[in-house]
Amino acid sequence: MTYANALLAVMWLAVTAYALLAGADFGAGIWDLLAGSSKRGASQRSLIEHSIGPVWEANHVWLIFVLVIMWTAFPPLFAAVSSTLYIPLTLIALGVIARGSAFAFRKVVSELWQRRLFGAVFAFSSVVTPFFLGATAGAVASGRVPPGIGRGDSMTSWTGPVSILAGCFAVVVCGYLAAVYLTADARRAGDSSLTELFRRRALGSGVVVGAVAAAGLVVVHGNAPRLYDGLSGKALPLVIVSVAAGLASIGLLVLRRFTAVRVSAALAVTAVLWAWGVAQYPHLLLPGLTVASAAAPHATLTVTTGCVIVGMLVLLPSLGWLFVLFQRTPGRAADATGSGE
Amino acid sequence: MTGIIVASGNLANPVMARSQMGFSLGWHIILACFGVGMPALVVFVEWRGIRTGDPSYRLLARRWAKVLGVLFAVGAVSGTILSFEMGVLWSGLMDHYGAVIGLPFAIEGFAFFIEAIFLGIYLYGWDRLSPRTHLLSGIPIVVAGIASAFFVVSANAWMNSPTGYTVRDGRLVGVDPWAAMFNSATGPETTHMIISAFMVTGFGVASVYAVAMLRGRHDRYHRIGLLVPLTMASVLAPIQFVVGDWAARYVAKDQPVKLAAMEGLAHGRNGAPESIGGYFSGGQLHDAIRLPDGLSLLTHFRPNAYVAGLDQVPPALRPPVTVVHLAFDSMVGIGSALLLLAAWLGYAWWRHRDLPTSRWFLRAVAVSGVGAVVAMEAGWITTEVGRQPWIVYGVLKVAAAVNPEPGLGYGLYAVIVVYAALTVATVYVLRRMTQSTPVPMAPQESDVAAVKVV
Ligand code: HDD
Ligand code: HEM
Ligand code: HEM
Repeated sequence: MTYANALLAVMWLAVTAYALLAGADFGAGIWDLLAGSSKRGASQRSLIEHSIGPVWEANHVWLIFVLVIMWTAFPPLFAAVSSTLYIPLTLIALGVIARGSAFAFRKVVSELWQRRLFGAVFAFSSVVTPFFLGATAGAVASGRVPPGIGRGDSMTSWTGPVSILAGCFAVVVCGYLAAVYLTADARRAGDSSLTELFRRRALGSGVVVGAVAAAGLVVVHGNAPRLYDGLSGKALPLVIVSVAAGLASIGLLVLRRFTAVRVSAALAVTAVLWAWGVAQYPHLLLPGLTVASAAAPHATLTVTTGCVIVGMLVLLPSLGWLFVLFQRTPGRAADATGSGE
Repeated sequence: MTGIIVASGNLANPVMARSQMGFSLGWHIILACFGVGMPALVVFVEWRGIRTGDPSYRLLARRWAKVLGVLFAVGAVSGTILSFEMGVLWSGLMDHYGAVIGLPFAIEGFAFFIEAIFLGIYLYGWDRLSPRTHLLSGIPIVVAGIASAFFVVSANAWMNSPTGYTVRDGRLVGVDPWAAMFNSATGPETTHMIISAFMVTGFGVASVYAVAMLRGRHDRYHRIGLLVPLTMASVLAPIQFVVGDWAARYVAKDQPVKLAAMEGLAHGRNGAPESIGGYFSGGQLHDAIRLPDGLSLLTHFRPNAYVAGLDQVPPALRPPVTVVHLAFDSMVGIGSALLLLAAWLGYAWWRHRDLPTSRWFLRAVAVSGVGAVVAMEAGWITTEVGRQPWIVYGVLKVAAAVNPEPGLGYGLYAVIVVYAALTVATVYVLRRMTQSTPVPMAPQESDVAAVKVV
């Protein structure tokens, strides 16, 4: 395996981590939007706030990490994608700003109108941002971003059928992942009515995800033949894994196996991402930009790989501590004692 | 067809893109300064609170941590757009040189992770971890904050002093990423920036308490809230002076055109004067105060040393002079004023172990926070505008680096609208946070516990 391939794999792992972790944070924002009036939705919103509060900033860094690895190891890829797709990318960035700051503000203000205002901004941008992330991915996957700086059309590159579908897919996947994770969080917090609520939502959104994915295959077949060939060829095993994990998740939700369903749902989403990656490999962009031709000079690749290894040795244990700390102690029980001292 | 689009796009894009980059960076950097400097302050008062049990320290720690949580979130999201902009606006730069300056950004990515992870642990773990573990969990935030400032500024330093790469026939063939990262601008620039982050935080936090003291709050809580950050900033002010001098020496050596613009020196000469103020037009500096031989002395320690002027390069390669000159003068002027303020505090402390009693002292502290921010922004304007027309000094022009896609300029308007709302909301929320839970006259243990960090 070459250094370029190793860094490509690291980048794709980071994409996966971002989708599974930050995707669920976006999804939590979507459920926040659908939680209903301030009074009725209060317990849902509080669960959401406690689940994503400690982790969303760390989860968000995966996106930054994807970008910096991309521009360091595959500069022509980064330059081509970001110049042609500058419109959705700028909208993503603005969406990230609106979402993160509104979430932080909502936590510290107390009056109802303020919480409503910031809550609305948070929830709305939680829907819009994943849509544009998906549209960006769809643009690359359907081969509408040519290599070179600003060579693609800044509008039609990301408004094609595959992009629109990928955008919708991203939104529903986020909602689905969030519902699955929140079900287990609600149970850990000992709230059985919320557990039921999110379980039903997970089931419903799981079905929607499956439907959109099936529609997606049809759209890809008609609009991105090369990608379709890859998906039905060398990436077929991953597609099968994804379908199987998706069906298993529905079964596990019916059986109320809330911890196991976290794993299977994550696996289903992971398999979709890697199926796309495998289908397209070794092409990064069409026509003609491959892993080998886009890779940075050798020294950059070796040094970056070394730094990634050392960095991961620090990062992974820290991340582990963060997740364990807030998974073990149920958020609201601890807070109740905290304020009651 | 594409040719026409590229050409028409190119005309307006550099100006709009530069404005967008400068605007979003200039905004982010204020929050980033607090992200670098504030964790150290919070951890320090928390440690004092644990050691002494003093409720004032303990209350300060909690309230500052709350503020840090908000500032960090806004700082982090306003930094994200910068990463996008590196490609959205400057695709040409990243296409050619991403492989050269990528390394510091990649390492910085890990620093961001550490910052964000431990901030989550620190804030949300306040009532869950033992005091000792909790205190220790704050240390990685401090270290990672300083590290991230170091790495991102070393990328900027490379744009000023590009080294560590080989180009053959217009293609990048070899890279030495470490040499690129540790170029000759890295030392002075990163040191200067990290110190200014602590100065912005120190004077900034102190000014909040100075305002409260001017309104009559002289209790222990407010005195500590003023003294701790102000002491930190005051110790750094003289050091920053020396480091600034180091930075100027570096500029004189590596970027003589920028130095000439900073000083408004049209023609190279021996015995160059130090010029303060004025404006540049018609090829010379008007209405400036001139100290004879000053510049020669400052840069070469000899009164009649030769200093190169703007005329060393053709006009097309010169930066806009007035902006750079005035920005530089503002930074040095404010830096000197802050140094005087620090000396005033030091003198009073040495004589009476107390703050100066004059209300003018509090007034000066009250404006020092804004002053430090202005000095910092002025320094960046000096650095970035003084590098024009180059994006990578002497190697790549801004106009050749910009994304040629049509319509790029509208991004600036979108960014301005979103940031205007963000600014209003941030200021509003921070003010509400201080007003909605007023600090009691003599904080008790129960007041400390009543403040929930998250
Ligand atoms: C609190 C902020 C602050 C203060 C008080 C000062 N500076 Fe500064 N200065 C900065 C904050 C700053 C900065 C924003 O951090 C810059 C921009 C780029 C950099 O590395 O630091 C900067 C840049 C900068 C540069 C340009 C470096 C370059 O282009 O690479 C020079 C020559 C100086 N400074 C010199 C000084 C001197 C002689 C000071 C004496 C008072 C001074 N600065 C005070
Ligand atoms: C530390 C990392 C930094 C990097 C990598 C960086 C990068 C850039 C780039 C790529 C540009 C556009 C090209 C150009 O006009 O030269 C730019 C411009 C600019 N940057 Fe920086 N910058 C950094 C720090 C800062 C900071 C902290 C500020 C804060 C104020 C700043 C202020 C500006 C301004 C004002 C411009 C516009 C220049 C002009 O109008 O002529 N920069 N910077
Ligand atoms: C001198 C200039 C800069 C300094 C000192 C600085 C420092 C920081 C710090 C300390 C943070 C942590 C969050 C916070 O603000 O509290 C941060 C966030 C961030 N900065 Fe900057 N930054 C600078 C310029 C830049 C530039 C030029 C870029 C882009 C290329 C950038 C990209 C980012 C990103 C992506 C984040 C978000 C990380 C997260 O989610 O935690 N910064 N920056």
